[in-house]
Amino acid sequence: MIPTDGVLVGVYALIRDRDVIQVRRIAGHQMDQRGARTVQKTRFVTAVSEIARNVVMHGGGGEARIYIHSAPSAISVICTDNGPGIADMQAAFRDGFSTAGSMGRGLGGAKRLSDELELVSEDGKGTRVTMMARI
Amino acid sequence: MSSASAIYLVEGVLLVAIQEDISDTDILDLQEALSERVVDEAARAVVMDISALEIVDTFVGRILAQLASVSKLLDAQTYVVGMRPAVAMTLVELGMDLPESKTALSLTHALKDLRGESRG
Repeated sequence: MIPTDGVLVGVYALIRDRDVIQVRRIAGHQMDQRGARTVQKTRFVTAVSEIARNVVMHGGGGEARIYIHSAPSAISVICTDNGPGIADMQAAFRDGFSTAGSMGRGLGGAKRLSDELELVSEDGKGTRVTMMARI
Repeated sequence: MSSASAIYLVEGVLLVAIQEDISDTDILDLQEALSERVVDEAARAVVMDISALEIVDTFVGRILAQLASVSKLLDAQTYVVGMRPAVAMTLVELGMDLPESKTALSLTHALKDLRGESRG
């Protein structure tokens, strides 16, 4: 379960590839401040990078919101876009599935690297991915 | 060429220091610049130092793998050095590997390996 309460750290636009770097830097910094282990941080920040890049590359841009939760201690990142959405979600999580000529490991990989990952998408109406890591 | 990476030629080997926070655009530029340098300098190897990278996601991993494949076609061996343990663990979880690259702990190890190869 991803906690619904939390302190909003910030809202960040995801328009260009530089924005992806900013979001993952802030997520990593927040985890450092809360004493996350290096492997834990690396896994989650990599997941955030995959999803944030999807917003820029496939979603036509969007935003990321970073939340901190205290009981239990966790960080969550919500990435949203108003892009074309994902028509076949089961296929999208499968390794090797790609609509953009990439390797197609991003979404499935992000799910494995997060403690929780929820994807809400409707064909033609955008996508929202919520990721969480316990700290 | 952006400042996100620097290429040096040492003993016929192209050394590439990838800077922290390299963007997707920068790494695509690097891929192109490096392929040309391999031919221009008749480099026998490319050593990619990724010790500054806190994360390697599927995009960066794919470009690193492509770089190694391109270099191989241009007759240069690619080494990836300085990978952080957490990065290695994460890449395995992502199901990625770098099939055409050799890995070495550091630049020193890569050069030692290359000198060994040239003797053999």
